[in-house]
Amino acid sequence: MTIEPVGARVVKALAILTLVLLASIAVGLAVGSQHIELSRILSDPFSHTLFFRLRLPRVLMGLLIGASLAVTGGALQALFRNPLADPYTLGVSGGGALGASIAIAMGWSARVAGIPLVFAASFAGAMLAVTLVRTIARSGAVMLPGALLLSGVVVNLITAAGVLTIQYLTDPSSALRILRWLIGSLDIVGLDPIGRMLLVLAPAWLALLAFSRQLNLLAIDEDTAATLGVNVRRCETMVHALCALIVGVTVSAGGAIGFVGLIVPHAVRLLFGEDLRIVLPGSLLLGAAFLILADALARTALPSNELPVGAITGLLGGPVFLWLLRRRQHYAVL
Amino acid sequence: MTPQAWFEVRHLDYAYASGPLVVRDLSMSVAPGSMTAVIGANGSGKSTLIRMLAGLLKPGAGTILLDGVALQDWEPRLRARQIAYVPQSTAVAFPFPALDIVLSGRTPYLPRFHFEDTADAAKAMEALEAAGAAHLADRCFTSLSGGERQMVILARALAQEPRLLLLDEPSSSLDLKHRANLIRTLARLRETKRLSVLMITHDLQLTSSFDQILAMRCGEVAAAGAPQEVLREDLLRDVYGDPNVRTERRGDRTLVWVDL
Repeated sequence: MTIEPVGARVVKALAILTLVLLASIAVGLAVGSQHIELSRILSDPFSHTLFFRLRLPRVLMGLLIGASLAVTGGALQALFRNPLADPYTLGVSGGGALGASIAIAMGWSARVAGIPLVFAASFAGAMLAVTLVRTIARSGAVMLPGALLLSGVVVNLITAAGVLTIQYLTDPSSALRILRWLIGSLDIVGLDPIGRMLLVLAPAWLALLAFSRQLNLLAIDEDTAATLGVNVRRCETMVHALCALIVGVTVSAGGAIGFVGLIVPHAVRLLFGEDLRIVLPGSLLLGAAFLILADALARTALPSNELPVGAITGLLGGPVFLWLLRRRQHYAVL
Repeated sequence: MTPQAWFEVRHLDYAYASGPLVVRDLSMSVAPGSMTAVIGANGSGKSTLIRMLAGLLKPGAGTILLDGVALQDWEPRLRARQIAYVPQSTAVAFPFPALDIVLSGRTPYLPRFHFEDTADAAKAMEALEAAGAAHLADRCFTSLSGGERQMVILARALAQEPRLLLLDEPSSSLDLKHRANLIRTLARLRETKRLSVLMITHDLQLTSSFDQILAMRCGEVAAAGAPQEVLREDLLRDVYGDPNVRTERRGDRTLVWVDL
């Protein structure tokens, strides 16, 4: 039997997915409710503004958020050994949204060391949610898969109720901003927020990718990972914190966009196999491509109006979740 | 204490969360290239003991010494090149191919940010063959039967090239032929690679070719010694708490059964 070494498989998968991402960026830049003549973006001021203040930031926002949600989804699935785990189903996004809403309602627009307080509040909320869900699901040495998802659902319900309460009590302009968080949208103006996000996200992505090998062993079996030299506790704590950080920043900027973290890692698995050393970087690339395309669809699906991208991912992701549930005989633990 | 013992356990205690001690003042040692069977009734502390030896549980008291150094002071990666562990059963949540699972046994030898190369893949195939599971290489782990999974997990442990192999009831889901294969494989590796084996089993027939048997009762060592010293009617009746245990010597092996 000839075996293709893992390294070669990784290179091949990432090369293909990079091409997919580049293609989706081209599509994302080309389509929209306003037609932009690409040859004139430098000469014509209107086209220039449209392209550099609206179109490009929006595509880059899709890239950052799609990549972030997908890579954390892949990591959480491995960490919890549960194919249905993702930032949305585990309540991490909900926690982040609640944190962000509290910050907005309190009028915390300040920045500490260049980092907006909304980021920090959102991260704290996400961290709290993931810790809560994990504590409930972990009974002694075993992780109960049913309890994991149920506690995720309940955390989501509680945070949604919390956000609604804040929204109800706060002034109308804050309420409108909070509504954006609930649905999830990539609507931004200018490139400054992109730079700020990238400053936090890029190092966090790299740190998470550095755990690929350990997560691959954890996805196989926790005890096995431990006897193969993985420091399981440290790995869990670090991956939790990194996922909460990434999701927190993502949610505070784009809201609770659902199911990207669920669909994308499974698509990478179907295409390139189970190895997390392919699934994680692959999800980063495909997640970016997926959300850029989903947003392109959201911008053009209706002739008169733009849909929030969260609505598109929800409509696509919900059925995928159900399909995975139906296919559960392929998975040992569901 | 044998002079050449390199794996030594002294006065080990363990209790789960403020419960009673399930392992109590247990001492033992393993010589290089020896096979040890751990026997005892259900709940006598065998699995707890082996999980401590594998480094998965921290002893409440006592020390485990590997080459004279306490187990918890070993760097995990270096320890993983010395000791491999095969749990009672392994539930893998994702449909990994069997070969990938075996390949994961090479992890302790990989430098940081490196992938397994063709030499590692060859070692993984060799381990699959030794475990009698080469035909399963391409199969998806989640689609395998309990016995087949056990052989793949054994292959993963062998790919680790350990000096000490810890097995928790590896024969429980294997058929007659594969049980015999397992013991033959372990005995062969003892000769060729000086592999030491410590294996929990309820299958007393398998233990005749072992060097020592450790019989546990209520977390303590009830008896330890060569098979013919431990596999005695009076002793086994006491260990298993059943007066109907019978034994019979047949050449160099001992048959054990229970009168119903």
